Amino acid sequence: MIVTEDLTKVFKIGKKGKEEIVAVESLHLSVKEGEVFGFLGPNGAGKTTTVRMLTGLIAPTRGRASVNGLELGKENRAIRKCVGILTESPGMYERLSAEKNLSIFASLYDVEDVPGQVRKFLQMLGLWGRRQDPVGSFSKGMRQKLAIARALLHDPKVLFMDEPTSGLDPEAAKMVRDFIESLKARGRTIFICTHNLDEADRLCDRIGIIKQRLIAVDTPAALRQRLYGRKVVFHLRELNSKWVKVVSALPFVKEARAISERLVVSLENPDRDNPEIVRCLVKVGADIQFVGELRHSLEEIYLETLRDIEDER
Amino acid sequence: MMIKHIRTIIDKEWAEVFKNRMVLFTIIFMPMIFTILPLVMLYVMGEAVGDMSGGTADVPQAFLAACGGLSGMECLQIYMVNEFLILFMLIPVIIPVTIAAYSIVGEKTTHTLEPLLATPISTVELLAGKSLAAAIPAILVSWLAFGIFLLALPLIGVSRGVRAYIGGPIWLLGVLVAGPLMAVASVNFALYISSRVNDPRVAEQISMVIMVPILGLLFAQLAGLIVISVAVMLIIILLLALIDVGMIYLGVRIFQRETILTRWK
Ligand SMILES: Nc1ncnc2c1ncn2[C@@H]1O[C@H](COP(=O)(O)OP(=O)(O)O)[C@@H](O)[C@H]1O
Ligand SMILES: [Mg+2]
Repeated sequence: MIVTEDLTKVFKIGKKGKEEIVAVESLHLSVKEGEVFGFLGPNGAGKTTTVRMLTGLIAPTRGRASVNGLELGKENRAIRKCVGILTESPGMYERLSAEKNLSIFASLYDVEDVPGQVRKFLQMLGLWGRRQDPVGSFSKGMRQKLAIARALLHDPKVLFMDEPTSGLDPEAAKMVRDFIESLKARGRTIFICTHNLDEADRLCDRIGIIKQRLIAVDTPAALRQRLYGRKVVFHLRELNSKWVKVVSALPFVKEARAISERLVVSLENPDRDNPEIVRCLVKVGADIQFVGELRHSLEEIYLETLRDIEDER
Repeated sequence: MMIKHIRTIIDKEWAEVFKNRMVLFTIIFMPMIFTILPLVMLYVMGEAVGDMSGGTADVPQAFLAACGGLSGMECLQIYMVNEFLILFMLIPVIIPVTIAAYSIVGEKTTHTLEPLLATPISTVELLAGKSLAAAIPAILVSWLAFGIFLLALPLIGVSRGVRAYIGGPIWLLGVLVAGPLMAVASVNFALYISSRVNDPRVAEQISMVIMVPILGLLFAQLAGLIVISVAVMLIIILLLALIDVGMIYLGVRIFQRETILTRWK
């Protein structure tokens, strides 16, 4: 659905454009139909710039990309017709009603049945009763949902969302997240930029971590595993330091460490190897209370990844 | 180019802009003053006709020659009236500046520009919509004011000769042709200015610079340096047409999507 090759954007700034900012560098990416792809990165990582390039708003300095099979740069108008975008700060015409706001965009997107489509979305958002009210009187969460509806009026093949919940209070953010989840459930292809890790974890099928360059791409689970391997925690009644050495000596154990009364073991394949470790521990006389998987929050992975990148530079 | 997109933009601009009191005020009161002022002056002059026998002394010589067979009093009135013509031509210059300044800078302050540019609308359609939204009311209002002026002339006792002059080629060319051309130049200028600043009031004030050449014309005529004749009016129209074509050409080239998005901040 979205394919990019070597997509790069360099901004020229300063007098006579002498200084250069590399906003996005050599991005290779592929997003499948029906996938919810998370684009994760700190401020200034190039997320917005990427979305602007992919929606034909700004031209790449180098590289190529296609969206829905349409070549970027050659068929930009066609691309704009078939993508929806929730911009980073999606403004509304404050003095105009919700209905008018949506109608304007529906007709710019060449929607066939403008009033019908506008009614459908206003009803879906529960805003039908307030359709005549100026958008200026709406809460932030409502406005954000309205902005998402505006991006969906023409039934786009891909929906780009640039930080859909930033600047919202937790309640409004939940409202928007639930809405995105309902879109996901209906199989829409969505490209979400975010620096909120929980959000990425909850909503996305795959995540790309970006900081100018693409650092890692995978499913949230695989990202966890790839960086840390799989770790299993054995909760013991009492921990004897000798046992750590015994477990470490097993051929499939990559690492075993004692953390208070727990034994943390890194394994390639826990499903296969856990029973063997349990047997071994029982043999040396350990009382196993509980065995579990040590899950890393995406946040740890993310910070770790960014740290690696810093070190490299 | 899709007329439907342009119409949508115009519709949106009008829905928004006419909710703005500042803009409404300019659109309603400025033309009203520019219409009433000449009427009052003509009325006062007509009343004073008795004690103004040799009143043509103030009128530049070049102008007297242009008056032809009209009486001295009528000639003086026409001389005055020609200054009012310039006021009438200011209407289509000022109104579009006000509307365009608010419509573009407003788009920036509300962050609606990017969603707008993300639609399939072309930049030419967008600029055409914005320009027309500002120019159309200006032109209509200036015509309306002129119509009211014409209808009111007999009521205040203005002579047939002066009325014929005001309804004649110089005025008609000025109001019907030069006015709209000025509106187009003014809109383009205001669009350009408001793409560089962030405050609608600043945009408006800077854009008002466009009035300078017209005021120059006013003073040149007052000083007797120039007399607006049909020939002069045709030259003005030709110049305006050239300026318009140049500005539209430049505008379309300058206002690319990326420039609008990254510079119009
Ligand atoms: N129009 C622009 N002109 C110059 N530099 C820009 C422009 N837009 C973005 N940048 C720079 O590009 C980098 C990436 O910005 P952005 O894509 O907005 O990041 P993000 O959305 O991930 O926070 C930043 O360093 C930013 O300052
Ligand atoms: Mg951003």
